[in-house]
Amino acid sequence: MNGVYCNSLEGFRPISGGGRSLIFRCLFTDKSKLPLLPAPASCPTISLCLCSASTSAVHPVMADNKDVFDTREASLLVRELRSIFKSGRTKSYDWRISQLKGIERMMEEREKDIVEALHLDLSRPELESIIAEISGLKSASKKAMKELKKWMMSEKVKTSMTTYPSSAEIVPEPLGVVLIISTWNYPFLLSLDPVIGAIAAGNAVVLKPSEVAPATSSLLAKLLDEYLDNSAIRVIEGAVPEATALLEQKWDKILYTGSARVGRIVMAAAARHLTPVILELGGKCPAIVDSNVKLEVCARRIIAGKWAANCGQACISIDYIITTKIFASKLIDALKQALEESFGENPMESKDMSRIVNLFHFKRLVGLLDEDQVTDKIVLGGQRDEKLLKIAPTVLLDVPEDSQIMQEEIFGPLLPILTVETLEESFELINSRQKPLAAYLFTNDEQMKKKFVQNVSAGGMAINDAIIHVTVPGLPFGGVGESGMGAYHGKFSFDAFSHKKGVLYRGFEGDSSLRYPPYTQKKQTLMKALLNGNIIGIILALIKWYGK
Amino acid sequence: MEDLEGELGAMREYHDGGNTRDASWRRAQLRGLLLLLLENQAEIFSALQQDLGKHPAEAYRDEIGSAVKSINYALHHLKGWMSNKKAKLPAVALLTTAAIIPEPLGLVLIISSWNFPIGLSIESLIGVISAGNSVVLKPSELAPTCSSFLARKMPLYLDTKAVRVIEGGPAIGEQLLLQRWDKIFFTGSTRVGRIVMTAAAKHLTPVTLELGGKCPAIVDTLSSSWDKKAAVERILGAKFSACAGQACIGIDYILVEQKFCSALVELMRVNLKTMFGENPKQSRSIARIVNRHHFQRLKSLLDDPKIRGSVVHGGFMDEDDLFIEPTILVDPPLESAIMEDEIFGPLLPIITLNKIEDSIRFLKSRPKPLSIYAFTKDESLQRRILSETSSGSVVFNDALIQVRS
Repeated sequence: MNGVYCNSLEGFRPISGGGRSLIFRCLFTDKSKLPLLPAPASCPTISLCLCSASTSAVHPVMADNKDVFDTREASLLVRELRSIFKSGRTKSYDWRISQLKGIERMMEEREKDIVEALHLDLSRPELESIIAEISGLKSASKKAMKELKKWMMSEKVKTSMTTYPSSAEIVPEPLGVVLIISTWNYPFLLSLDPVIGAIAAGNAVVLKPSEVAPATSSLLAKLLDEYLDNSAIRVIEGAVPEATALLEQKWDKILYTGSARVGRIVMAAAARHLTPVILELGGKCPAIVDSNVKLEVCARRIIAGKWAANCGQACISIDYIITTKIFASKLIDALKQALEESFGENPMESKDMSRIVNLFHFKRLVGLLDEDQVTDKIVLGGQRDEKLLKIAPTVLLDVPEDSQIMQEEIFGPLLPILTVETLEESFELINSRQKPLAAYLFTNDEQMKKKFVQNVSAGGMAINDAIIHVTVPGLPFGGVGESGMGAYHGKFSFDAFSHKKGVLYRGFEGDSSLRYPPYTQKKQTLMKALLNGNIIGIILALIKWYGK
Repeated sequence: MEDLEGELGAMREYHDGGNTRDASWRRAQLRGLLLLLLENQAEIFSALQQDLGKHPAEAYRDEIGSAVKSINYALHHLKGWMSNKKAKLPAVALLTTAAIIPEPLGLVLIISSWNFPIGLSIESLIGVISAGNSVVLKPSELAPTCSSFLARKMPLYLDTKAVRVIEGGPAIGEQLLLQRWDKIFFTGSTRVGRIVMTAAAKHLTPVTLELGGKCPAIVDTLSSSWDKKAAVERILGAKFSACAGQACIGIDYILVEQKFCSALVELMRVNLKTMFGENPKQSRSIARIVNRHHFQRLKSLLDDPKIRGSVVHGGFMDEDDLFIEPTILVDPPLESAIMEDEIFGPLLPIITLNKIEDSIRFLKSRPKPLSIYAFTKDESLQRRILSETSSGSVVFNDALIQVRS
């Protein structure tokens, strides 16, 4: 039997389970929205689902006869990892370095396997995989190894008169056992980048890769087992049942990358155990394009930030563009030119663009294009091929603001351009929506840059480029509002998985009974002076005090 | 709660209009808080006396004085906090700059607690306002005089379009938690902390939860009598003179070596007399239990005859006055409620160990507390405590004072 099921944690019940066949049915109310979808031929499946989650991925699952990873298994796993952590094994500098070295070696030695898996899952061109995922991970592990000693050091802190004499410091310590739930679009990078942070901070780790990228998921399980300390670092493959079982446990931190809808579920599950979370979500990342730009460069960077970024399936890719009415046609011409240079006359045949990850998302994107009032706004592209799961780079001009394509995160190769009279209006347009993970501005006007940065809120920003800001390890990568909470990359990754413990050292000297009852008037005067830190006041009060 | 949504919508509009962004606005609000404290000290002392029986010295030390200090600290550092921080770029990035820019989150909810009702509310406000946010403060209804003081006075000193006080109990709290906030700052119990975070999850609202736990004081065998006196004074001060033990960072229980225990108890008895006199109830230097519910809760901790049998000092309770005298117990059973739940009251269990190093194993098997206190001059023990235990913070040879450093 062929079918697909939803990667959704809501309203999801198994109707028969165990053994070889697992059948699930979504209990969403609007079942009419999606019919039973045939799975891609490459992946044999045994599960069936009717569901209408608009942004959840639908994917195949592998049939096998290993035991289902349920709550009991998950609880045993956590207990085991906790005792490994308690033994102190993961805290040592040497252990952390050895694991980071293992990751570095893995990226060097198995580059071919990784590129192949990414190609299987996403039809990702080799160069894009190397640039976007492999080199990103290499530099993250290198940086962590280089800086780890410094990161692990305590930070001395100034103390005040109130606690004189004393010294204080902030001591970073690992949180314990952490859970990383990864996603499908940059499955290697978004799995291992947080793992690097968790290891650098000295934690035991469980990674659950996305089942929507099955080749990468199984390669990750194999490689981490081979190259890393598998007593403290584990990969649990699977889908909703496995994720649910994991989320029922008590973790010391959870980092989740994915949709806002599932982000809510993760946070609610974490709340039961007071587990702090980092949620890397998404949003509609806008790019404002001014007329004073160097157009050819600008167009190339827009392409890099849209179609060369996993075919627009990236949380930070440019979702839509805002430009002035008079500039729009120039911009469209420049894009057309640059697209031809990048992907040739017939982009559907180009090997340099990834495909849409699966049929569910393909149909979702086609649905966005085929909506009434939207189809006629296509000015470039629009072609699609269901067998290859490819959609040509498509640009649309002035779609209605209430159209579906402007309501949800596109996550695909469709680029709406909205036009305004003056560029300042774009700020209002952006601020009237949920805060995105990234916002971009292409301009040479310094004032415009200042106003943009001051008045638009987003997780991160880049001026005159797109997506590349996340490669700067000195900048925190994370969202705000609907686009997420918490951040990582560089030292922020280390901090994300550490507890910063405040420590105050006092001696027994210099004590006086003035803090304690019985509360005499003299004591109160001196106490007031000490709290104010006012030297004259303290001297006067001390004179009065000793003059008793 | 008429039109809460409308009220919050108006606050959001005011915030989105950029009215809370300028350093000058933030400074003005911080100065307003300062004046509120300095000009109303008598009324604050009276409110704290009314709600908690706090002595003015305690009230000044723990609430007014420390809040004033924090406001001045914020005013002094505000410019630095607000400035952009340059971020390092890899060498290959020519002609590029990068910066991290702090911006306000938006509309923040502060849910405050009852034990330091003025102090903790103001401390939370300082951070939220310094960051340029609009804020709704819900003070605890269990300290009603203080709550009404804040509700009456804050509008006189702060910008009411951006800073509001909403009074009420759990019903109001529930309604507030249904709304969308850009951040929630909660001080209170772990039970309610879970409720707050679960409600926040619906809107993907980040939260800061200041909870509690059983904060232990590890007391090493000290030899010098000066050291012993200082340590005992600090322990007793941290347990009994800060809201009668009703403090999240108060010392909950003590761990000590068997051979030092009786000397410790003797010293405590002597110092308790110095601090609180022969009749502690009349000294008026010990705060009261906040209400009947908590009084009953504390009373029932001593109900079991096995627990009663472990009391070595104190035990007197007066329900009409909501007064419990400083009480010391030695080795109550570890599975008893007094050793499982956060005590939050003036009952001090002492647990004896064979060696003081056993305290580390003892702590590792328990949930992480907000603070660990260790009275010891032994540097290797200090190092072990630091690296082998985990807690919000650690203080060596003192207690409570870390929040004022």
